[in-house]
Amino acid sequence: MSTAGANLEVSRGSNVLAAGYDYESVTDKISDIVLKRKSGRAWRFSFALAALFVLILTAAVSYLFLRGVGIWGIDIPVAWGFAIVNFVWWIGIGHAGTFISAMLFLMRQDWRTSINRFAEAMTLFAVACAGMFPLLHLGRPWEFFWLLPYPNTMWLWPQFRSPLVWDVFAVSTYATISLVFWFVGMIPDLATFRDRAKSRIARVVYGILAMGWRGSARHWHRYQTAYLLLAGLAAPLVVSVHSVVGMDFAAAQLPGWHSTIFPPYFVAGAIFSGFAMVLTLAIPLRWAYGLEDFITIRHLENCAKLMLVTGLIVAYGYASEAFYGWLSGNEFDMYMNVNRALGRYEVTYWVLIFCNVVTPQFLWFRAIRRSVPLLLVISFIIQTGMWMERFVIIITSLQRDFLPSSWGMYYPTKWDYATLFGTIGFFTLCFLLFVRVLPAISISEMRELVFEQSGRPHKEAA
Amino acid sequence: MKPARTMYGLLAEFDSAEQLVQAARKTREAGYLRFDALAPFAVPGLDEAMDLPPTRIPLIFLLGGIIGGLTGFFMQVYAAVFSYPINVGGRPLYSWPAFIPITFELTILGAGLAGAFGMLALNGLPTPYHPLFNSPRFDLASQNRFFICVESADSKFNLTQTREFMRSLGPLDVSEVPG
Repeated sequence: MSTAGANLEVSRGSNVLAAGYDYESVTDKISDIVLKRKSGRAWRFSFALAALFVLILTAAVSYLFLRGVGIWGIDIPVAWGFAIVNFVWWIGIGHAGTFISAMLFLMRQDWRTSINRFAEAMTLFAVACAGMFPLLHLGRPWEFFWLLPYPNTMWLWPQFRSPLVWDVFAVSTYATISLVFWFVGMIPDLATFRDRAKSRIARVVYGILAMGWRGSARHWHRYQTAYLLLAGLAAPLVVSVHSVVGMDFAAAQLPGWHSTIFPPYFVAGAIFSGFAMVLTLAIPLRWAYGLEDFITIRHLENCAKLMLVTGLIVAYGYASEAFYGWLSGNEFDMYMNVNRALGRYEVTYWVLIFCNVVTPQFLWFRAIRRSVPLLLVISFIIQTGMWMERFVIIITSLQRDFLPSSWGMYYPTKWDYATLFGTIGFFTLCFLLFVRVLPAISISEMRELVFEQSGRPHKEAA
Repeated sequence: MKPARTMYGLLAEFDSAEQLVQAARKTREAGYLRFDALAPFAVPGLDEAMDLPPTRIPLIFLLGGIIGGLTGFFMQVYAAVFSYPINVGGRPLYSWPAFIPITFELTILGAGLAGAFGMLALNGLPTPYHPLFNSPRFDLASQNRFFICVESADSKFNLTQTREFMRSLGPLDVSEVPG
């Protein structure tokens, strides 16, 4: 084994990978999480808790199907209640995954490597949660396929000029392409699992999923091209999805919705909440499986920096809404701003300002960006704030529009809360399962990182 | 020992990516055509060393995107102008700007699906069985080792000479892959 370049390892640690790792040890470390380790007590406790919330979700949805959307607090004028708030919130959270995997890949950011896989998984699960809500919100959910163009005896079509129909296409394309991107990225790692798994069932299952991947140079050649192009496609897709969600609102004439700033401000808000969720997942993950060498402080700090930037864009969005409400001189637009800040739902507005405008300012300080517990707290606050933002946008705008005679209030019921917390349980359950059965960090890309970080290896051979 | 039909080829094992690139270049320069390099990650420079032809993957993406986009656009035009025209205050039926978002989404969808499935198809995946998997060492190709396999089907293949040649590449080991 005296050949040159043997035992190639990262001699000097960098800020994205600690020192001392070689191809074998990164492979061992990541695959052992699934193939060797037993599920710990913390995992089992979280799993049981998440499963409980999934049961609550099942009960809430069953009762909804039995009785209809009347069990929720929605009515006229507030016909879009928690369901749409939750939809926008979840789909926003999903955006960071594809942002990390596509945009940062195209920009060749080396800190993407160890967080992209689980961030993509987060995207898929968040989109699954988001996708439930518009369907549950349908009066007749079993007719959900009416959303799609299909040959029917009535010769009817969806209204293609409506942003709501655009949304059907945007969200379903987003879910499909994210799944494809995630799966394609995982094929080489599934082959690793196939070759390392001890139990026969695991070998067969991972073997089927790996599809016979053998690491051939010809395969890698096509694979790399396809992966790059998928990233190139996914990057504008991320921007388009939340822009279309923003247009769901902007196309309506309602004060507080009818605003051209919505698409960009929604995209920034989505990435803002998405990075908060990445931190919420990364911090327990690195703690539970001892992945501090792979998910370093630099990764957390960079997520925090992106939260700060997108948080400032979001703050600009709030300021711009208020400013243009005033500048327009329009009675209804001006009232909308007063109603948000001082009306019946004023608490939600000030919670939102505290969470999304005040809290991210702490991220200006390097010490806070590098403090793991504080980041976890801040990311929770930001997610709460982003949920509140959608609540404020949807509820306060609908609640008091033009005619005082058609004003009303919205009071969420226990079923609204059960569905919201139920989907959080569903998301957590999916993520816990993912961590236990699939590679949470891309092993093949980590090997590539080892190769790159180990300096020019012929130098090291001396 | 004869290079019987029961042998797929010879497999040389390396422990560094640089050696793999060197070995792949030398194998190509020695005139072997039916050989492959196998690595646990996308080794930079391996394409050039093996002189792989450019892939048709980008073309597949392009065609998938064009098909998806045209389908999306003309489906909407057909629905809005021909199949179910609705006169909304005399507004034009052919309101093409409103059709752009769905056209965009379906372009991405068409390109992405065509590209991903095209990549699998050109790579011949899924391939549940491959003779390389018969080699007991080959499990490491997805972990930390690098391999060159020269197939016995290569016209230049001669068990003794090829083995000699592969030994000269400085591998950890050269072994036979049963067919």
